[in-house]
Amino acid sequence: MNRDRLIRRSVALAAAAGLALGAAACSSSGSAGSSDQGASSDAAAPLDPATKVTISIDCQPPVTKAAERKQWADDVAAFNKLYPNVTVRAKDGFPCEEPAAFTAQLKGKTQTDVFYSYFTDLNQVLDADGAEDISAYVNDTSIPALKDIDPSVLATLKSDGKLYGLPYSNYKMGLIYNRKLFTQAGLDPDKPPTTWEGIREAAKKIAALGNGVNGYGDYSATNQGGWHYTAELYGLGGSMTTPDGKKAAFNTPEGKQVLQNLYDMRWTDNSMGATQGLKWPDLMTQMSTDKLGLYVGAPDDITYMVQTLKGNYADYGMGPMPGGKAALLGGNDYLFKKGSTPDQIKAGIAWINFKFLTIGKGQFDYARNKTDGLPVGLPQPFFFTGASLDADNKAKAADATVPVQNYAPYLAASVPGKTEPANAQQIYKVMDNAVSAVLTDRNATVDKVLSDAENQVNQVLASLR
Amino acid sequence: MAAISVSVRRKPVGPDQGRAPASRRAALRQRVRQHLTAHGFLLGALLCFGYFAWYPMVREVIMSFQRTKRGRTTWVGLDNLDHILQDPAFWQAWRNTLLFTVLALVLGFAVPFVVAVLLNELRHAKAYLRILVYLPVMMPPVASVLLFKYFYDPGHGLFNSILAHLHLPTSAWLNSAGTAMISVVIAATWMNMGGATLIYLAALQGIPGELYEAAELDGAGLLRRIWHVTIPQTRLILSMLLLLQVVATMQVFVEPYLLTGGNGPQGSTTTVVYLIYQYAFNFNNYGSASALGLVMLVVLAGFSALYARLSRTAD
Repeated sequence: MNRDRLIRRSVALAAAAGLALGAAACSSSGSAGSSDQGASSDAAAPLDPATKVTISIDCQPPVTKAAERKQWADDVAAFNKLYPNVTVRAKDGFPCEEPAAFTAQLKGKTQTDVFYSYFTDLNQVLDADGAEDISAYVNDTSIPALKDIDPSVLATLKSDGKLYGLPYSNYKMGLIYNRKLFTQAGLDPDKPPTTWEGIREAAKKIAALGNGVNGYGDYSATNQGGWHYTAELYGLGGSMTTPDGKKAAFNTPEGKQVLQNLYDMRWTDNSMGATQGLKWPDLMTQMSTDKLGLYVGAPDDITYMVQTLKGNYADYGMGPMPGGKAALLGGNDYLFKKGSTPDQIKAGIAWINFKFLTIGKGQFDYARNKTDGLPVGLPQPFFFTGASLDADNKAKAADATVPVQNYAPYLAASVPGKTEPANAQQIYKVMDNAVSAVLTDRNATVDKVLSDAENQVNQVLASLR
Repeated sequence: MAAISVSVRRKPVGPDQGRAPASRRAALRQRVRQHLTAHGFLLGALLCFGYFAWYPMVREVIMSFQRTKRGRTTWVGLDNLDHILQDPAFWQAWRNTLLFTVLALVLGFAVPFVVAVLLNELRHAKAYLRILVYLPVMMPPVASVLLFKYFYDPGHGLFNSILAHLHLPTSAWLNSAGTAMISVVIAATWMNMGGATLIYLAALQGIPGELYEAAELDGAGLLRRIWHVTIPQTRLILSMLLLLQVVATMQVFVEPYLLTGGNGPQGSTTTVVYLIYQYAFNFNNYGSASALGLVMLVVLAGFSALYARLSRTAD
């Protein structure tokens, strides 16, 4: 046989065999290699130290976040001293969740054994049959600080009374402002506005600084316009839907006020600039370059502006949500992949408790954060109450590296948190158009825009039933 | 292969016919050996297409009649279709997509043709200009889109600066429902026209020079030469590109997604494919996403069939 022909034939057959094997591998969905564990019969009992367990976990800090990544490695080593039988296989990524990829992962069942998600993802995960009920595993022994975790936070991780996840971090939205621009505009940086009238006035003065500086900014694309509209409506005491979630409930004086404020700042005051259609992280980019005075956001936006966009903590302050009636509550958590063995769930809970839910350890090891040059003193996460909250506040104050007084107005107001509506993304899609209408069309009529949005949301909600 | 083996076995084999079947078997073995490589490669291609192209298409059809809730998948008949028809964004997305297609055809079909004709007429710097025309195609789409985002900035963008310099009225570009789509089309045309221009140019260069000479002798000017020689001679290429362009432009996604975040002011740049993306990845509603994908497939297939029929009639 001709040698060249033999080679060609071998290559062809190998390629075909490889494709067939690849296809077979792609279609399998198990977490092979992580199931070397026996099944533990008593869910409430602690993890048996004699059982070897391997768990995969995502959201390990990437190499670009050197300090956090080293802390993760150190924590795994410390955790392994307590649990030498557990092997933690970490998967890095930033951001920890990219919605389109997350949805595809759920569909392909390729998420890690313990996987990161947003509070608002639970329904999607359960529809994809992607998470285990961990109610029986979570108790005061497996999570000693359990009694101090804010019940409203745990409620976001429950469905039909079953607990599916544990919190990692959470936030309440508020008003973020640029203290440097406040000072330049003759405003008191220690007294941020708490009403929309105050915001309008401050925005006008800041925009008057010129040089492309905008007073106020807001998102209006990729459903984030709807998200911010919701936050601003909550601040004024409104709701997006009726309590049963079946009808729109935002065509109210509060709902109109939100759009009217935006319209007035954009067209009457000209304090929002001509460039609209903004989406995350455009506002942070503007503020970190001192081109934006105020916007509604979450405390970790400040971390992003400093760590990624090279801003300074001293330049940013945070006040309460305008209106102060309620603040949109959000956050992230870890869920447990459907099909995980009881020992994997126990090992995962032990790791989360060690890394994310123990005062003085993991993410709450403020002394270490300070040494590693990471921020200490930001008002996030804040899911503890009672004794744990007191201990956390004390520890945070002792090692604060950021000017905590800059967030005093936000903390002092203590605005109650309110979760996002059911079918949030579908509603936000419609509200994006309403927000962009008042920000891009001088002739827009708030009443009509809101009424159209209400009809469309009702139509969408009806089609979902 | 199995069929061939059977037919060989059925042949009557007499005592004095032993050599003939043996040589036939040898010939068969030789043929199999000769074609084994081809079959191996063909099998690879079939597996590849089957798994990555045909299987997803079949799944899409199946999923368009299903709904998954709490891990349970059920058959829901035409509910998904009903759901997308009730969505206020459905008709808006189709209107936007058709508008994009028409505008993209007017600009994206005509401009490359005119540029190709001009390039063909040039006597100097041909290669240099061809590279220049093709350069945008080689740029990563994200880089091109970001470039246009800066150009379109209503405050400090290049386009408004030029307009202001010329004392002409400026535009809101991507920041107005009225101008967002045409802005997307301009960017898309700039990004994609290089490929079409080169194809037109190749077709133009295949036109025999004698035809132009004869036309010139008959006193035809440039426009008459284009009308009576160039267009008839390139009709096949033109019609093929028209079909490809319609199919491609109706599936537009990248440009509006990157330039306006998908929706655009008041949903003015929401396209059908972006809506499919939203259903699947923002709303986790694969049933509706598949149903809309199927509607898109039917529309495009219908257009292609109509086009093929009209082309045959014209011939």
